[in-house]
Amino acid sequence: MISLVLDAASWLLLSLGGVCVLIGGVGALRFPTFYTRTHAASLTDTMATLLVFSGLMLQAGLTLATLKLLAIMLFLLLTGPTATYALANAALESGLKPDAPTIPGRTRKQANS
Amino acid sequence: MIFVFSLFLLSLLIIVAIAIVQAKNLFVSVMLLSIFSLLMATNFFILDAADVALTEAAVGAGITTVIFLSALALTAQRERKVVGGRNIALIAVAVLASLIIYATFEKPRLGDPNAPVHQHVAPWYLEKTPEYIDIPNIVTAVLSSYRGYDTLGEVFVVFTACIGVLFILGAKPASLRGERNAERAGLRHHLIPQVVGRLLVPFIVLFGLYVQFHGEYGPGGGFQAGAIIATGVILYALLEGEAAALRAIPRSVLLGLVVGGALLFGGVGVVCMLMGGAFLDYSVLQSDPVWGQQLGIVIIEAGVGMAVCGALLSIFHAFAAREIAQ
Repeated sequence: MISLVLDAASWLLLSLGGVCVLIGGVGALRFPTFYTRTHAASLTDTMATLLVFSGLMLQAGLTLATLKLLAIMLFLLLTGPTATYALANAALESGLKPDAPTIPGRTRKQANS
Repeated sequence: MIFVFSLFLLSLLIIVAIAIVQAKNLFVSVMLLSIFSLLMATNFFILDAADVALTEAAVGAGITTVIFLSALALTAQRERKVVGGRNIALIAVAVLASLIIYATFEKPRLGDPNAPVHQHVAPWYLEKTPEYIDIPNIVTAVLSSYRGYDTLGEVFVVFTACIGVLFILGAKPASLRGERNAERAGLRHHLIPQVVGRLLVPFIVLFGLYVQFHGEYGPGGGFQAGAIIATGVILYALLEGEAAALRAIPRSVLLGLVVGGALLFGGVGVVCMLMGGAFLDYSVLQSDPVWGQQLGIVIIEAGVGMAVCGALLSIFHAFAAREIAQ
C-alpha cells in the first residue's frame, strides 16, 4: 500500500517536472526578447530540477542512490540559477538593453509572428 | 521503451550534426558541438558503456568546449565564406555515406551475442578478470592491464598534443609576462558567480579524485578524473583570473604533471621488466600476482590522471595567455 502511494507520488512529481520543462521550452521558443526567454527557461528549469529529483529519490528509496541524487540536485540548484545570472549579466554588459524590442538580428515583426 | 528513447536521441544527434554544419557563427557551432557530445554520452550510457559515457561527457562536452571557446577568443567569430569546392565535397560525402550504409548491411544486430566482437577475447576477459586481477570494473582491467600498451599509447598522444600546442602557442617573450594586470581578473566583480563558484571548486576536485580512485570499482579512471579536476581549476581561473590560477598551480607544476604522468606509466612498465616480468606485466610487482596487478593499475591510472590534467590545463593556459597578450 505504502509503496503504491510512494510510486504514485513519485510519478506525479516526475510528470509535473516534465510539464515544467515543456513549459520552459515553449517559453524559450515563443517569448520575444532575450531576457524573457532566459526568464522562461531558467525559472521552469529550477522548478523541474526540484520536482524530477524528488520523484527520482522517491523511486530510489532509502539507498545510496538517493544520496547521490540529492547531491546532484543540490549541484543543479546551485549552478542553474548562477549560470542564468551570469548569462543575463553578460548580455547586459555587452549592451543588450532589457527594454530593447527584440534579440539582435531579428525585427519585432519576425519575433511576433 | 529504451528503443524509442535511443531512436529519439539518434535523431537529435543527426539534427544537431546538420545544425553544426549549417551554423555560420562559430560560437554557435561550439555550443552545438558541446550538445552533440552530451547526446553522444547519453547514447553511450544507453548502450551500457558507462566509462565511455563519462569520458565523453567530461572531455567532449566539458573541457573541449572550454578549449574551443578560448581558441575562438583568438580568432574571428564568423566562418569565412568558402568559394567553390562544394560539389567535390558533396560527392565525396555522398560516396562515403553510401559505402558506410552498405557496410552496415553485413553488421550483426545490436546486442547479438553471436557477433564476432562478443566471441573474440571478451568472454575470456569476463571469465578471467576475477581470477587474475579481481576488480569489479572489467573495463578498467582491460584498459590498464590487458591492453596496457594501448593506454600507454593514448597517454603519449595526450603528451604529444600538449607539447604541440605549447610549441605553437606557448612561445612568448618574457616581457609580456609582466603585463598581466588586474584588468582581466576574472569575475571578481560579480558576486554571485564568485560565491557559488568558490563553493563548487573544492567539490569538483573532490569528485575528480573520487572518479580517479573509484575507477577500479565503478565507471571512472584517469582520463575522466584528469578532465574533471582540470575543469575545477579552469573554473577557478575564470573566477579569480588566470594569474591567480597560475599562482595556485604554476606552469612548471603543470608540465611536471604531464611529463611525470607519462614517465610514471612508462616507469611502471620498466620496473616490471626489471623485476623479471614483461613490459607492463604488473603481476611481478608484488609476491601475490593479483595484488601486483591491482597495485600496477592504481599507479598507472594515477599517471594517466596526472598527464591528462596537466596537459589540459597547460593547453588552456597557453590559449588564455595569448588572449591577454593580444
